[in-house]
Amino acid sequence: MPARPLSPHLSVYKLKYTMLTSGLNRITGMGLSVGLLLLVYWLVAVAGGAQSLARAGRVLGHPLMKLVYAGFIVASCYHLVAGIRHLVWDTGRGLERAQSQRSALLITVISIALMLLVGYGAWLAMTRTP
Amino acid sequence: MTLRTPMRRVLGAGSARSGVHHWWMQRLTAVALVPLSVWFAVSLLALPSLDHATVAAWMAQSSTALLLILLVLVASWHSRLGLQVVVEDYVPGPGARTVTLVVVNFVHVLLAAAGVLAVLRVALGGAA
Repeated sequence: MPARPLSPHLSVYKLKYTMLTSGLNRITGMGLSVGLLLLVYWLVAVAGGAQSLARAGRVLGHPLMKLVYAGFIVASCYHLVAGIRHLVWDTGRGLERAQSQRSALLITVISIALMLLVGYGAWLAMTRTP
Repeated sequence: MTLRTPMRRVLGAGSARSGVHHWWMQRLTAVALVPLSVWFAVSLLALPSLDHATVAAWMAQSSTALLLILLVLVASWHSRLGLQVVVEDYVPGPGARTVTLVVVNFVHVLLAAAGVLAVLRVALGGAA
């Protein structure tokens, strides 16, 4: 910390759900950067042949990785929907306080619905393959 | 009266001397990632199995390879831009910030190159 008076940062604001929807977009985005890392790891493993994919499978197929994948489903659904909200904002629409409060609820509902849909799809895919 | 020269306005350059390039690329990659990520999720879930033969056959199709390469490139770019802002916001001190930004850049270029090379190896039949 610099040895000078600092202007109060996040701590001076009362926590509002509109703040949460904004912060979550950044946090899920950071999580998805890790997802990109895993995606490339998987692609490289596939390119290396069946043995290399089997070796990577010890990491990617670990039971605890199911939690990570569930996290990626949550993060990507949220980041996708919240990102589209940002793109709407970029056109200059929906920036009034009441509108952004309404859209905060809207993206929460839509992204949770999307998470359930993708989660159901993943569950179907998982139970279909032995 | 404005103190900005016409040239400065044309370049869109403010005090950071970089104009709106970062902002615009973030949006452009975001728009591209909407269909790309939906395509990826749907086709991944539609694969009958995730064993090597199935995945390699899927990746070897030209359309899959093309879209996967685009996905890796655009997602790397978008991730790079996003993490850059996070680093600029939260990493204190110009030295540590610059070093972190260099690492972020290198890692993303490495990821993009490795991902594209992997898809090409499968698509062009170089894979074992």
